[in-house]
Amino acid sequence: MFSKENAGTECYRHSYWNGKLTARERIHVFCDEGSFIETDMFMEHSCTDFGIESMKFPSDSVVTGHGLVNGRLVYIFSQDFTVFGGSLSTTHAKKICKVMDQAMLVGAPVVGLNDSGGARIQEGVDSLAGYADIFQEMFWHLEIQEGVDSLAGYADIFQRNVLASGVIPQISVIMGPCAGGAVYSPAMTDFIFMVEDTSYLFVTGPEVVKSVTNEVVTQEELGGAKTHTTVSGVAHNSYANDVEALLQSRNFMSFLPQSNNESAPIRVCEDSCDNSKVLETIIPSNSNLPYDMLDVVYGIVDERDFFEIMPQYAKNIIIGFGRMNGKTVGIVGNQPKVAAVYCSVTNEVVTQEELGGAKTHTTVSGVAHNSYANDVEALLQSRNFMSFLPQSNNESAPIRVCEDSCDNSKVLETIIPSNSNLPYDMLDVVYGIVDERDFFEIMPQYAKNIIIGFGRMNGKTVGIVGNQPKVAAGCLDINASTKAARFVRFCDAFNIPLITFVDVPGFLPGTNQEYNGIIRHGAKLLYAYAEATVPKLTVITRKGYGGAYDVMASKHLRGDVNYAWPTAEIAVMGAKGAVSILYKGKSNQQKYEEEYIEKFGNPFPAAIRGKESLILKFKKFK
Amino acid sequence: MTSLNSIVCVVLRGQFRIHKKNVLQSASTSFLHRRGIYTVDVENKDPTFDKILIANRGEIACRIISTAKRMGIKTVAVFSEADIHSKHVKMADESIFIGPAPAKDSYLDVAKIIDAVRKSGAQAVHPGYGFLSENSSFVQLLEGENITFVGPSAEAINGMGDKLESKRLAMAAGVNTIPGFDGIIKDAEHCVEISKSIGYPVMIKASAGGGGKGMRLARNDDEAREGFRLSTQEALSSFGDSRMLVEKFIDNPRHIEIQVLGDKYGNAIYLYERECSIQRRNQKVIEEAPSTFLDQETRRLMGEQAVALCKKLGYSSAGTVEFLVDSNRKFYFLEMNTRLQVEHPITESITGVDLVQQMLKVAKGHPLNIKQHDIKINGWALESRVYAEDPYKNFGLPSIGRLYKYIEPAHLPGVRCDSGIEEGSEISLYYDPMICKLITYGKDRDEAIKRNINALDSYVIRGVIHNIPLLRDILTENRFVKGDISTNYLPQVYPEGFKGRTLNERDTEKLVAIASALYITQQLRNRMFLNVPIMKKHDKMFDTCELLVSFLEKNISVVVKRRENKFFVEIGGKELKLEGDLNLAKPILSTIINDEEMLIQLASKDSVGNFEFIYAGTSYKIRVFTKLVGDMLHLMPQKLQLDASKLIKSPMPGLVKTISCKVGDFVTEGQELCVIEAMKMQNSITTTRQGKVKGVFIKEKDTVSDDDVLVELE
Repeated sequence: MFSKENAGTECYRHSYWNGKLTARERIHVFCDEGSFIETDMFMEHSCTDFGIESMKFPSDSVVTGHGLVNGRLVYIFSQDFTVFGGSLSTTHAKKICKVMDQAMLVGAPVVGLNDSGGARIQEGVDSLAGYADIFQEMFWHLEIQEGVDSLAGYADIFQRNVLASGVIPQISVIMGPCAGGAVYSPAMTDFIFMVEDTSYLFVTGPEVVKSVTNEVVTQEELGGAKTHTTVSGVAHNSYANDVEALLQSRNFMSFLPQSNNESAPIRVCEDSCDNSKVLETIIPSNSNLPYDMLDVVYGIVDERDFFEIMPQYAKNIIIGFGRMNGKTVGIVGNQPKVAAVYCSVTNEVVTQEELGGAKTHTTVSGVAHNSYANDVEALLQSRNFMSFLPQSNNESAPIRVCEDSCDNSKVLETIIPSNSNLPYDMLDVVYGIVDERDFFEIMPQYAKNIIIGFGRMNGKTVGIVGNQPKVAAGCLDINASTKAARFVRFCDAFNIPLITFVDVPGFLPGTNQEYNGIIRHGAKLLYAYAEATVPKLTVITRKGYGGAYDVMASKHLRGDVNYAWPTAEIAVMGAKGAVSILYKGKSNQQKYEEEYIEKFGNPFPAAIRGKESLILKFKKFK
Repeated sequence: MTSLNSIVCVVLRGQFRIHKKNVLQSASTSFLHRRGIYTVDVENKDPTFDKILIANRGEIACRIISTAKRMGIKTVAVFSEADIHSKHVKMADESIFIGPAPAKDSYLDVAKIIDAVRKSGAQAVHPGYGFLSENSSFVQLLEGENITFVGPSAEAINGMGDKLESKRLAMAAGVNTIPGFDGIIKDAEHCVEISKSIGYPVMIKASAGGGGKGMRLARNDDEAREGFRLSTQEALSSFGDSRMLVEKFIDNPRHIEIQVLGDKYGNAIYLYERECSIQRRNQKVIEEAPSTFLDQETRRLMGEQAVALCKKLGYSSAGTVEFLVDSNRKFYFLEMNTRLQVEHPITESITGVDLVQQMLKVAKGHPLNIKQHDIKINGWALESRVYAEDPYKNFGLPSIGRLYKYIEPAHLPGVRCDSGIEEGSEISLYYDPMICKLITYGKDRDEAIKRNINALDSYVIRGVIHNIPLLRDILTENRFVKGDISTNYLPQVYPEGFKGRTLNERDTEKLVAIASALYITQQLRNRMFLNVPIMKKHDKMFDTCELLVSFLEKNISVVVKRRENKFFVEIGGKELKLEGDLNLAKPILSTIINDEEMLIQLASKDSVGNFEFIYAGTSYKIRVFTKLVGDMLHLMPQKLQLDASKLIKSPMPGLVKTISCKVGDFVTEGQELCVIEAMKMQNSITTTRQGKVKGVFIKEKDTVSDDDVLVELE
């Protein structure tokens, strides 16, 4: 059959040269022999721009279907790097969504074998691309041409990741590049396994990192398997090569149930050893001496078969799966061998105030939500705060009589500067729309690049989230993501509608962010928005770039109403960055930039595709 | 003690293991029936101590406790922090804590031991071997406290403790000593003269010497002259002392020792010899009794000289007189160990005498009730010392770890396991890394060797690296089997160091077949869930399948057919039939291949086709894939190996004693970088290449593990 052959033969060799298997070979190694049944193998991409309409490959850049692992059903998608660098087109996204929907319906795990250059830039908002250059030079000219359509593809997958979470096991095996917004799909699955030396996960690639922070860093250092299994804690384990990773993932599946409606598989237990003698001797007599908790774990699981998860990260705790009498158990254990308290007493001299005072926790640690000058102040502010909240999750928030009839449209009109590189204060926008300029800001001193807080509109409590272009250009970073994520979840839990103001140029690039797990933490905000079922209203005031645009309550994450102001620019990235990728090496960059702005530097492409409900005149806003 | 001969007959008839129940009945049943390889001739009629303290740990403490128990003596163990869960503590009636893990703060701390004796009210102290066993001031202190030391007098210990003094005493007792001139040599001609009178070959050595410096072998007059000149110069420059000694050089000697037993009434007997020639770095590896080399006459002469020395010393306990024996069966006194030896069980096995019991009896003041003519050699005994050591590194560098699975082969006939550890015990870096003394007894040498081989194959040790591969290989090595051994045996037989066993084609095929069958068994089990219906399709799936087995850096294609519980494995046109017990959870698999029995151990396995077998003592890693996966794996890139020669790693776990380089130093090949101390041994870590030191990753007193990077060169 045609599509059982791999498309893009030129690239086929290339794939081997990198020590990688092709998409279908991977599936064959992963599934029981002969059990894989491919679906949608004749689907093709639908882009008609940039001359790629003539370059069509059956099944496009992803192979989907279902197969068996040790006789149990799994749904699989395997991205095909030989077709447009595995880039995500609308079709690609649709195919993935389809297997995920089926998996949820049937109640079987979904396994994703990720190997993708990113979104197909040519499809713009519909997929989400722009990182292709980083990976395979040979694919640029192919990938660049789709366009605005591609941002939607990821968001559709994200939404399903969230809906499937806790319903069916979701496993991601990263077997090639996975960058930009694309990382958030694996990040929201239950387990991520990586292949050493050939797989990378990062929110912004080394080139962008270099241009923004001047750091010179390799792909491997920034987002390789070692980084994510030892430093960032994004991935759960890594393996030497494709085959090893696939075999281990196969093995891993044997611990998991098919869905939350079933119990985990029970295996025949042949291990009849009594390890009590071993267990007796492990704990040293002196309670200050370390011992290896893994000895205890191996002593209790069947046949010493323990699948340790994240063995290289935070080694002071052990997690993983084992079996007891054939039944799967999850095991968590402190590891006294590593960073035991008694040996880590530092020599730091610090005051109480420095260590845990109000300033520390409102500006540095993000533990406290605000601080006040004295007891009375704090109590009065807390009283005031109560007025925004419902009594319980069964009630709606109190509705106050609204006496504010001001039309602030004039003010709102003037806030956004004409030069899109100039900062402005998003709080001006927030104050402009809430009743009586009464906004209870939460965590005003912490992660100032995002604003969160409660206000009222026509007397009703609303939760407000907004990027703050005044600080770090409104970039999303780890602190901002966790700050906003927790707030979104609170609002969702207590039926408080969410209003989101978007002006986000992307995620903050740099090794600091990657090493601290921006992928993990960014996913929290994405998850919170996707999960929230309260009314969600989103306003794009200016920039809505890339994966960060998806995260900020985009239409695809079940946003109820998504508005764009006339100043909005929705694209994979800013004109300058995109052009430098799209037309690399060509002179006349200025001209192409203008063209790009013409195409994406306004809300119309998104609106035409129905991604934005309305382009709003300021007047009508409130 | 009426007739030891009758006892001996029983030993010949068969081996009886003593079970605890039998011990309890010991008073009423005839002692004859209790006699086995674990020899005890306990007659509880003699008055003995009420309570003794064992100032030792590990296997020897357990060994002493077991005899004491049979004699009805209460036992007190002492233990350090590292030994709280140890077997000897569990076995003893009482136990007393004596401090932190390092021996000098616990087992070697005389004050603490004496304190423990006082606290426990023990009447006697058995020191075992090592630690305080040859410490004469300890003996004197005990005397002052009116506590019996189970061992010789302080004088005897002192007399034999000093090299010159012991040689002088031995000569006075008429024992053959290594001929030599212990005066100062005047010049080269004087040297030739003395060498001639001793008889070539001779060893010329600096009186202040050590470490091989200032030492020359001379086989004739010219070499003696030249050797004297060179050694004098070398000694002068190395030690600033040019005094020279000349001694008879014994070429390729054997190390043969005589077990003696004396009492406080001047009686002494010898219990024949032990051949301990197989050594590495002066530590014995395999011992046997009797020796294949001695004739009756030499044996008698050595025994009588050893007894003469005992009598001269007034030696009143068990002891060992060590001899070097040259190729002409001339023997020379080496030294005397005034304690119970590690390898004493082989003497017990062939003579039927419980040496610990005899020690306790004579210590109590009973005269020896065994006469020399009662002692006969019956059968053959062999001891393999099983150590937690990596035999591939310098014939054995210590390793540490927890024995997560441990099964001694003591259920086999003719096997005695003396060990101080049990399942779960941790081999720590504080003490000797011995796991067990595996003693086998047989009617002749062949049987003893065969039983030792079988025992090693059935010995399940998991969690530490051990030296069974080396032991197992020696036992089948040609020269050893013929009895052609010397103290140079290991370097001669393994000039490049021990590299492991080479498998022949037949055994290779058998291992491949077992791995293939195990793989199929595992795959079938992986598809069998108790709460998921079995798909019919899968039941048939592995009836015939093609596999690829990766073994010893080769990929071997096999076709496996399964018919019920039998597997037919086709390898290179040959078909092997395999049946038997293929339980993946069992440590030992006994299989039948082409109607031939084969015992292998399954050391480890995982769920992606990796198996580790132990066959004939050596472990083999083997991997099985389906054909498809195997083909795919070929496409995977080879990982680049880091240039390890720039990194100097710790070859074993231990403690950093000293560091002799710093960042920026230029070091040359062979230069010492640091010293790692492990299990009482100091190991100088040297560099194999020259270069500048880029980083030093250790501090003095750091604890390092196996393969930790110590120093990096540029």
